[in-house]
Amino acid sequence: MFSNIVRILERYWNLFLIGTGYTLLMSAITVLFGLIFGALLALLRKNRLGIPIGKKKFYPIRFLAVAYIEIIRGTPILLQLYFFYFLLPMLFPILNLSKFTSIMVALIFNSSAYVSEVIRAGIEGVDHGQMEAARSLGLSSRQTMMKIILPQAIKNILPAMGNEFIMMIKETSLSSTFFVGDLMTQYKTVSGALYLSIEPLMIVGFIYFVLTFSLSKGVAVLERRMSAGD
Amino acid sequence: MTEASYEYLINVTDLHKSFGDLHVLQGVSEHISKGEVVSIIGPSGGGKSTFLRCLNLLEVPDAGSIVFEGVDITDKKVDINLHRQKMGMVFQHFNVFPHMTVAENITMAPVLLGKKTKAEAEEMAKELLNRVGLLEKSKEYPKRLSGGQKQRLAIVRALAMEPDVMLFDEPTSALDPEMVGEVLNVIKNLVKDGMTTVIVTHEMGFAREVSDRVLFMDGGIIAEKGTPEELFGSPQNPRTKEFLGKVLY
Repeated sequence: MFSNIVRILERYWNLFLIGTGYTLLMSAITVLFGLIFGALLALLRKNRLGIPIGKKKFYPIRFLAVAYIEIIRGTPILLQLYFFYFLLPMLFPILNLSKFTSIMVALIFNSSAYVSEVIRAGIEGVDHGQMEAARSLGLSSRQTMMKIILPQAIKNILPAMGNEFIMMIKETSLSSTFFVGDLMTQYKTVSGALYLSIEPLMIVGFIYFVLTFSLSKGVAVLERRMSAGD
Repeated sequence: MTEASYEYLINVTDLHKSFGDLHVLQGVSEHISKGEVVSIIGPSGGGKSTFLRCLNLLEVPDAGSIVFEGVDITDKKVDINLHRQKMGMVFQHFNVFPHMTVAENITMAPVLLGKKTKAEAEEMAKELLNRVGLLEKSKEYPKRLSGGQKQRLAIVRALAMEPDVMLFDEPTSALDPEMVGEVLNVIKNLVKDGMTTVIVTHEMGFAREVSDRVLFMDGGIIAEKGTPEELFGSPQNPRTKEFLGKVLY
């Protein structure tokens, strides 16, 4: 088995390298856009536009944001990948979207929902007294958010974003269903060419583990640094 | 606005506030004149803190009016942020900003709100910190400060906005006993300088010493009020008597 692994590596090392590159790139893009849209979603969740219904108020924008988040979190990511994979080319046939793009869109839609919860928790984790102190000095709610709440929330959010990145490294493997070039896709290629499963799986598994383990150690260091500032 | 155009600095009329089913303020009316020092005492749950927090609209009252410097700040058209600049507030749990240095805690608001240039604010921060014995801490972060030092910082942070009134919400309740004195001394000096002050406190000796008037709040109303001599010396209301009997031993 060991000699098989060495032979596979000698012959296909470049495929694993490309796969690692794709996996990292896809995760990074997903988290980056997830952060942007997640922040937007978190904002929409706080939207104050309300329609009075009897004594209560209905908040349509909030409702849509929450519905989106709950639906994404309540359905399997693989289903979402399939959904966008079929939906997007149907909706925008002119754009001639590659399957890679469709998958990326699906991953970003998924990640945004989770990241928005991370951001919300980060903001709500800041002591309520901070807001009161800032407002009592005469700061507007916007100034309070920018100068007082967000700088402190970042300390909660950043490590959680590192964890989201680690999650994404693993979740992008599902996109191999559509052969988009990630690590797991490379496993399928190698395994198909050699009629071998265990050895390429061990190689790919080892790469995944090294990536996630070292990154989670990095996040732990980051977390310690951040809390040292308090 | 000229000072002569209003009779009281703060004039509160028939204030009501509920949290769910809990009717915390049940019609509070009171006025505070410029330069006055008013202490609010009473059992917990009596509405003291809620009343104080209504004065700068950290709690929005359900009914009643609060006229501050001639303007009804409960009017929704009023820009409350402008009026809050003139009302300093100090909290039980300090609420200093942990991500800013001691000096930045002080200079942030005046600079951001355009009251002072950065250089002016820094000069003032030095002076204020010197006044409360924290000058050598100005570059430190609040985590390096003791509770008493944090509260002194919180006081000068509020003073940096040059407010017309200072509101204290149980400023020594979260402090270790040996640090209470240093914070009370700072407040005493403020009072000596003529700052209009409203303070919710459990420090009866302090209230007696510095106040022009004392309000006893219980059950969502001002149950009794008077000079410290009247209220502590010969309380009329049986609830005041009972409360003072418990806390003054």
